[in-house]
Amino acid sequence: MARNKEKLVLLLDVGPSMHGVLPEVEKVCSMLVEKKLIFNKDDEVGVVVFGTEETNNELMDEVGGYENIVVLQDIKVVDGDLIDILKKLPRGTVDGDFLDAIVVGMDMLIKKYKGIYKGKKRLCLITNAIHPTKDSLEGSKEDQVGTLAVQMTAQGMKMESIVVRGILSQDANKRIMDENDRLLSIFSKKTRSRTVYVDSPISLLGALKTRRVTPVTVFRGHLELSQQMKIKVWVYKKTQEEKFPTLKKYSEKAPSTSKFATHQVMVDYEYKSVDDSSTVVPPEQRIKGYRYGPQVVPISDAERDAVKFKPEKGVKLLGFTDASNIIRHYYMKDVYLFIAEPGNTRAILAVSAIARAMKEMNKVAILRCVWRQGQQNVVVGVLTPNISQNNKIPDSFYFNVLPFIEDVREYQFPSFNSFPASWLPNEQQQMAADEFVQMLNLAPSGKEEALLPEFTPNPVLERFYHHLELKSKQPDAAVPPLDETLKRITEPDLELDFENKSVLDSLCKHFELKENSKLKKSARRLLPEKPSGSNGEDGNGNVSDARAVDSIGQEPVVKIEKIGDLTPVQDFEVMMTRRDNPEWVGKAIREMRDKILSLLTNSHGGDNYLVAVECIIALRKGCILEQVSPSPSLCFCCCFFLNLLCGFRCFCLMEPGPYNNLMRYLYRYCQEKEISTFPKLLASMDVTLISKSEAVDSNFTDDEARRFLDKIKPEPKD
Amino acid sequence: MDLDPEDVFKDEEDDPDNEFFQQSESSKEYVVYLVDASPKMFNTTCPGKDQKDEIHFHVSISCIAESLKTQIICRSYDEVAICFFNTREKKNLQDLNGVFVFNVAEREQLDRPTARLIKEFDCIEESFMREIGSQYGIVPGSRENSLYNALWVAQALLRKGSIKTADKRILLFTNEDDPFGSLQGAAKADMTRTTLQRAKDIQDLGISIELLPLIRLDEEFNVSVLYSDLIGLDSEDLAQFIPSAGQKLEDMKDQLRKRMFTKRIIRRITFHIVKGLSIQLNTYALIRPTVPGAITWLDSVTNRPLKIERSLICEDTGSLIQEPPKRFQPYRNENVKFSMDEISEIKRISTGHLRLLGFKPLCCLKDYHNLRPSTFVYPSDQEVVGSSCIFIALHRSMLRLKRFAVAFYGGSSRPQLVALVARDEITTAGGQMEPPGMHMIYLPYSDDIRDAEEIFPDTEDDAPRADKDQIQKAAALIKRIEMKDFSVFQFANPALQRHYAVLQALALEEDDIPETIDETVPDEEGLARPAVVKAIEEFKLSVYGDNYDEENDHLGKEKVGGASRKRKEIAENAAKDYDWADLADNGQLKDLTVAALKTYLNAHDLPVTGKKEALISRILTHMGK
Repeated sequence: MARNKEKLVLLLDVGPSMHGVLPEVEKVCSMLVEKKLIFNKDDEVGVVVFGTEETNNELMDEVGGYENIVVLQDIKVVDGDLIDILKKLPRGTVDGDFLDAIVVGMDMLIKKYKGIYKGKKRLCLITNAIHPTKDSLEGSKEDQVGTLAVQMTAQGMKMESIVVRGILSQDANKRIMDENDRLLSIFSKKTRSRTVYVDSPISLLGALKTRRVTPVTVFRGHLELSQQMKIKVWVYKKTQEEKFPTLKKYSEKAPSTSKFATHQVMVDYEYKSVDDSSTVVPPEQRIKGYRYGPQVVPISDAERDAVKFKPEKGVKLLGFTDASNIIRHYYMKDVYLFIAEPGNTRAILAVSAIARAMKEMNKVAILRCVWRQGQQNVVVGVLTPNISQNNKIPDSFYFNVLPFIEDVREYQFPSFNSFPASWLPNEQQQMAADEFVQMLNLAPSGKEEALLPEFTPNPVLERFYHHLELKSKQPDAAVPPLDETLKRITEPDLELDFENKSVLDSLCKHFELKENSKLKKSARRLLPEKPSGSNGEDGNGNVSDARAVDSIGQEPVVKIEKIGDLTPVQDFEVMMTRRDNPEWVGKAIREMRDKILSLLTNSHGGDNYLVAVECIIALRKGCILEQVSPSPSLCFCCCFFLNLLCGFRCFCLMEPGPYNNLMRYLYRYCQEKEISTFPKLLASMDVTLISKSEAVDSNFTDDEARRFLDKIKPEPKD
Repeated sequence: MDLDPEDVFKDEEDDPDNEFFQQSESSKEYVVYLVDASPKMFNTTCPGKDQKDEIHFHVSISCIAESLKTQIICRSYDEVAICFFNTREKKNLQDLNGVFVFNVAEREQLDRPTARLIKEFDCIEESFMREIGSQYGIVPGSRENSLYNALWVAQALLRKGSIKTADKRILLFTNEDDPFGSLQGAAKADMTRTTLQRAKDIQDLGISIELLPLIRLDEEFNVSVLYSDLIGLDSEDLAQFIPSAGQKLEDMKDQLRKRMFTKRIIRRITFHIVKGLSIQLNTYALIRPTVPGAITWLDSVTNRPLKIERSLICEDTGSLIQEPPKRFQPYRNENVKFSMDEISEIKRISTGHLRLLGFKPLCCLKDYHNLRPSTFVYPSDQEVVGSSCIFIALHRSMLRLKRFAVAFYGGSSRPQLVALVARDEITTAGGQMEPPGMHMIYLPYSDDIRDAEEIFPDTEDDAPRADKDQIQKAAALIKRIEMKDFSVFQFANPALQRHYAVLQALALEEDDIPETIDETVPDEEGLARPAVVKAIEEFKLSVYGDNYDEENDHLGKEKVGGASRKRKEIAENAAKDYDWADLADNGQLKDLTVAALKTYLNAHDLPVTGKKEALISRILTHMGK
């Protein structure tokens, strides 16, 4: 398939102003060659750098001029050396002239193939185009570029220009940039060229398509509007996932020295009877069975073929409908592209007319498609217009597959409005969220849209090819860390975060999260998986109450069953974390309360107060953490206990209950006994009732909780 | 401070807020079909399909049969029992008179439906009179109460399983609105009382009783005589009852065969919003392609299932490989080996969480930014309290500001960028159409997007663009062929429906496969309406001109024909190089190369397949030798 080979010349600007992005250029170019080594082994690549101190190219030798351009590598079949060259691009010292470089590149292609080769010839230019090009000897620069463009078309060459701009080239002369952009746009207009502007290292890595895929049509035929009106179309895939390469299995059985060993592994399937595993059932004796209730019904392929659904090949219009009737998340698969048959002017006109009318009216078309004869199912999908921005490119359609009724699962979810009020954001919270959504904008006007899918490379594949290259040199090379540039795809942009720090802080301030300690935590949550090769912290910040949560995260080493005198707080925390029996929480709370009361009643001159306050703080934390879905037995226990304690009161309690109730008991107790030091101590430690904001089940607002503290504080003695 | 214990510590049990944690969906359904088999069911008719009158008993039976056939595909784990009352024979565990539980071999009385049950039930009407018989169970002078017995048997059948995991129902088919009408005085009152009490007991056990009355044209079914009390209807529901019951009966017959999936969380994920703020989300698959179901390989002789054993064999030595092998990629003329650990290490570029990166306006989400079916995310406060609150706040902001969130989803299979698109809840009278939450749309990488539209630009001129008039004509056409209320719930998958029909026919050994309708074919009738045809013709004329068809055909033929004609010419010329008759006579054909032989075959439009001998004999046959 000689036709399928590609001849490519890379034209890389290595001048001083490019030094900042050269690491990315090196990466993307070596990736391109790495992929070619696997998928397009016969492709040929040459490398030209410009902006260098030295000059080394044939044109200079022949006609003179063309300084500061070095042919690093003549056009040759891709190999490993090429990668080595591309990984160590020279750093130039002069501002390069990209037009000269284009001429050198074209010259290389023309000389090498002399019109014999009719396949794909491509130039790939990476520059920032901020430096002036030399004036031509005859005619204007525009004329010169025009001549080049004509020549390029005549030779069947394509050019792809990646222009690095924005933050990557700030202090440039606007006039020169505009002139260069104009020159480049001539190429776009007159030849099969494409110019893209990128302004971040990520998009530079994504801008160059590193794997060359020859597009194949899914369907060629008529788009039938009706019996009378048909449009000739070709259908391609618009998106298709580039998968992680399927690696073959390696057999180590054959000696590694053996030259002829393939080391391949054959996978063999044997079908055996369930009852008798010694007999192997031959393929012709096997039959497919489908479940029908508890039974399996055998259906032979012949039977199935005879009666199965056999639609006729064709793409038919079912009708048009409002775009709003199709919800975006119904799109089922990768996307198809419908273009009018190339070269068929009238079909192009028909597609253009319908696409533009659809766009104006905000309509979409519903199609029924059977791509191939013999296909066993039909596809129903939505056709949306794609109005071309480029004058050279005809209008087209995108096509997305829609689900059938059987594919939609009608699960019901509670409406947000039916949530308890405490789950719904209040006004301040909503404002904080609004501001957050507004400010953390990835597509601000006047700037390039960040993380545009078209320009975002797949970090996993980049890492794989990088590792592959390392391993080919050193078989035991470790997996390299994720490239720093690509890491920005997986993590929030620090700069953007920094710019909006106040917004982020206000969001954090307005929303509080608590880990629900009632649940047994799985190992997954306790030990968050670290991304390999990342040293950044996980940012698992839902630890609002660090100490208490920590204590709950740990497994109790010793099984403590009672709260002792020595370390009551620790004992309590360990008991609260015991999950082998739900009774433990209740027992812990009960015992803790006992302990606090005994500490108080047995105190001589307030010597136990400090310990008691510590215990109260621990109990408070425990009660807040335990707030959701209590076991009824626990309520009962608390109830029972309180009965004993207070003698006259019987409440059914939630976790904040035991604490709050205790506090109020203590308040009365202190009042009765006229103890003033203890409440003072409590107030100084800021120990309040548990409020609604801390535990949903509490009936106190923050204010009320605080007022309790004021109340408990004895009147200042004058 | 005023201490009011009742107010401060109110009972949590009656707190409606907590319902969310208690809401559990039953995963199974247990149904007892209770069919009245009294002579009245056989004597009365109602107009059925094709204007023919159908016997009430037949209507009930066919309705149940259809429902069973749907159920076995949709929810085959649900269990059913079929029970007749007012029968001559009796068959039930309690040995009560006038109640007959219909069953087949290899099946418990309340069990999953089987093909055999459906098959035998299909032809029950033929043997019914002979084997089960019809007879009024409630007659004056007898203490028997067949309705009471039937309810009792049904209740006993539904004793199986917990009400928490299963939804239990009794469906009662009858055309008698006053079963105790033949009785008088105390006997009637007594029987009414005990029957109602029985029904109440059943409902107290969490079993619902539904009535499906069969109605005659000339006579009204008076629900208020007995059944409104029996099934517990309010006076408000009463007026609505008869029409809705009729609808229910129709619905049972005409259900779509669609496999039901129970609501299941695919994954619990942590969503990092900003540093220090991470919430918990549950993900659900709301849209996934449904396939005909897993294939089980069977031995065609014994029809017993087969098990598949996979073994790895070294191609060089032929020995079995036990341990999981390493992988390799040929690269630079050598095999670069990877261990599975290394591969999973390469893929692990982020924690398995969802990490918010920022927001973009909705218009940035292009139609081609799609790879797979989306996943639905809904917040959960189960592990992190406060998740819902943040989620709802962001959800509302995103809806209001028309933004979507871009996040990185670091799953293990394919870590990738996703778009989170907020959707507001949509409810109609029929229930929730669209749940509130966000849809996670998987975004492609640059390597996944292709630019096929850019491969054929016309280098000389700009691409043709439709002019105003042509666009106007197209707009007129669009207006004509408009589907007003299109929704994706409109089409059943014809291939899948066909598969289910075939499966049913084979399983039940039915002679003909039930018809399935392909709903996806264009509405030819609608397209043939004169106004539509006119709009199409006008559009055609404006973009194609008068003589398009000829030109089109001409173009196509010349292109295809040109190449093949050329090829044929070459073949014919080549064939002339030999004196075929002479070669054949002398038996020298075998001395020619296959390629040379093929030139003859090509020139005479003969097949060119097969071995050399076959080619020679084909040539000889063609020459008539």
